[in-house]
Amino acid sequence: MSLAKIFTYYTIGFIGVTILIGIAEQLFGLPPNWIGWIFMGLSLGIYIVIGIVTRTSNPDQYYVAGRGVPAVFNGMATGSDWMSAASFISMAGALSAQGFAGLAYVMGWTGGYLLLAVFLGPYLRQFGAYTIPDFLGARYGGNFARIIGVVAAIACSFTYLIAQVTGVGLIVSRFIGLDFNIGVFVGLIGVLFCSVLGGMKSVTWTQVAQYIILIVSYLVPVVYLSYQLFAIPIPELTYGRLLQTNNAKAIEITRDAREKETRALWAKEAEQANAKLKSGNVDEATAEKLKADAKIATQQATAPAASDDATIGRYLTVPTGVGMWNFLALTFCLMVGTAGLPHILTRYYTTPSVRQARTSVAWSLFFIFLLYFTAPAYAAFARFVIYARLVGTQMAELPRWVTLWQPAGLFDVIDKNGDGIVQWADFVVKSTDFVVLSMPEVAGLPFVITGLVMAGGLAAALSTADGLLLTIANAFSHDLYYNVIDPKASLAKRLMITKVLLVITALVAAWVSTFRVAIIVELVAWAFSLAGASFFPALVMGIWWRRANKAGACAGMIAGLAVTAYYMIGSRFYGISWFGTQTIASAVFGLPVGFLTIWIVSLLTEAPPKPVQDLVASVRYPKSGQAITSDPLGRGVPIGAS
Amino acid sequence: MADLTEEQRKSYWRYNIKLTIILLVIWFVVTYLISGLWAGWLNQFSFLGFPLGYYMAAQGSLAIFVIEIAVYAYLMNKLDKEYGIVEGD
Repeated sequence: MSLAKIFTYYTIGFIGVTILIGIAEQLFGLPPNWIGWIFMGLSLGIYIVIGIVTRTSNPDQYYVAGRGVPAVFNGMATGSDWMSAASFISMAGALSAQGFAGLAYVMGWTGGYLLLAVFLGPYLRQFGAYTIPDFLGARYGGNFARIIGVVAAIACSFTYLIAQVTGVGLIVSRFIGLDFNIGVFVGLIGVLFCSVLGGMKSVTWTQVAQYIILIVSYLVPVVYLSYQLFAIPIPELTYGRLLQTNNAKAIEITRDAREKETRALWAKEAEQANAKLKSGNVDEATAEKLKADAKIATQQATAPAASDDATIGRYLTVPTGVGMWNFLALTFCLMVGTAGLPHILTRYYTTPSVRQARTSVAWSLFFIFLLYFTAPAYAAFARFVIYARLVGTQMAELPRWVTLWQPAGLFDVIDKNGDGIVQWADFVVKSTDFVVLSMPEVAGLPFVITGLVMAGGLAAALSTADGLLLTIANAFSHDLYYNVIDPKASLAKRLMITKVLLVITALVAAWVSTFRVAIIVELVAWAFSLAGASFFPALVMGIWWRRANKAGACAGMIAGLAVTAYYMIGSRFYGISWFGTQTIASAVFGLPVGFLTIWIVSLLTEAPPKPVQDLVASVRYPKSGQAITSDPLGRGVPIGAS
Repeated sequence: MADLTEEQRKSYWRYNIKLTIILLVIWFVVTYLISGLWAGWLNQFSFLGFPLGYYMAAQGSLAIFVIEIAVYAYLMNKLDKEYGIVEGD
């Protein structure tokens, strides 16, 4: 049976099962808890079965899926590899809160694929190794560049992995009430089964299956809501009108007397909390609580438009000055980070040819686009629902989705001025994740759709975790152990080590995530800047500039990483500020330093040897000479074959 | 590499660089100027009910990126064929 047929049947089957569960819910009153269990069990079951069916011990299959993944499927796999728990659950909410400024994420996380398509993807495929450090090792002759690559790959991937594992725990605990720590380990079973049994091959096909679940579940609630409001089931076309309505409402709310009263009360509360903090005689725990209270009160006291006579709400305001600089800088960092993250780059090793690698980048972005193109619509719909259906209702008659989701602690409705009516400033948002999570109930859909959204969020987190886990384990086993420590290791031994490392890495990630360190969320955003500043310059120069040599690349990677890390830590903890740039956009300094260093140091030192220069030339022309194809040992030394 | 003459290699690479530069210029203008610096000014116009600047940052730029990559893949794959450097898939 062809792949397309298999996945068509799979999609139809999955939708069919969802409908069956929906019928069971309506007819027999299937409790929500059960629905949650069924969806989790079903989806994990599918991933485990794929893992078992595609198990392999062949290194080409294990590291690069036998280079047999057609462009379309590699596109889907890249889509779910790329879209994490944050994209699925948090992005729409962040857009709803940040308005225009949040669009930096939407553009940054998609525009990076153009850089990947024209600078890296097809060339890496033509080179044809197993890992990104493989390329660095071969191009920049030797283990030093490879080891820097290993360190950078692990640094970016591990923080990112912990965030995914945390996402799994949150989803499982939120939907089926399992303890967070247990949820984390249950989710890991789904990840480990496929990565241990079949490496990249299993991970690829699981990711395709996960993409289908995640995209269907993301689109259903918002498509339905669009149909409900406008009779057009394409939210991307209809939410423009909502933006106008929302804007008018934001200005009305800013002028409304009751709202002003409520905001004044919040402002007073913020003032009191800050005064208490300043007085100094509070213990640490109280101080933390006061800080949090003051933050919420300040947030609530902020009007949705800048002033009474404003014509535009804050939501639509385009930032200016430093705000604009940060918007552009963040967009840039997210783009180069996207093109530099090793778990995404390795996906392009798995296509059968350079042609398919190119087409595959286009498919990847198309599949990612389907979700990112919809996220701003989610944000507009959520805002509309709160403005039009919540503001102005009686406290005693709150809509169903509010009473259902309030206990989850994502938001609260507090009647601040005690008038019995909900004001905008009475709606206290604690986590903007509510936007995606509560949308099915907002649209009045049955609980089965909420279960579907859970399965989608889980798929998003697990698929990204799969890719990251494999990248980390391969960096240790293939690059560090096999290529640096023991190049004579047998195939069986190497695969054994990879599998053991997969399990260990997963357990360590799960263990770290149970501490719930708040800074993890921030670190994920940092991973983009780190990847952008370390990998991007070395890879691009390595492919595009023959003269780039070992000394230049090593110095460049170290300098780029150092400048980025210096500004990150300095701006986050020690109040350093260059042009008012935010911490997450640190690569805007590190990246140019990286490029410049490679350029200058390479020119000051000897040109790379002839075989390396030939390698650069061979990477430019498909089918020319040969880089590594299917060396049974997968050794990363392709030089001289042309 | 035996398949290509020195001249062919040069013209292949020149075409690639030209295409890459054109795509990057469009990418830059769409992202940093239209959806960035000029977005505030563009918001006075409206498209499908959207303020234009917002529309370009939220949807227009994304669609342009997808098209750009598809065009790149199409043209480069066609070029490979012309130069006879196509691997069996």
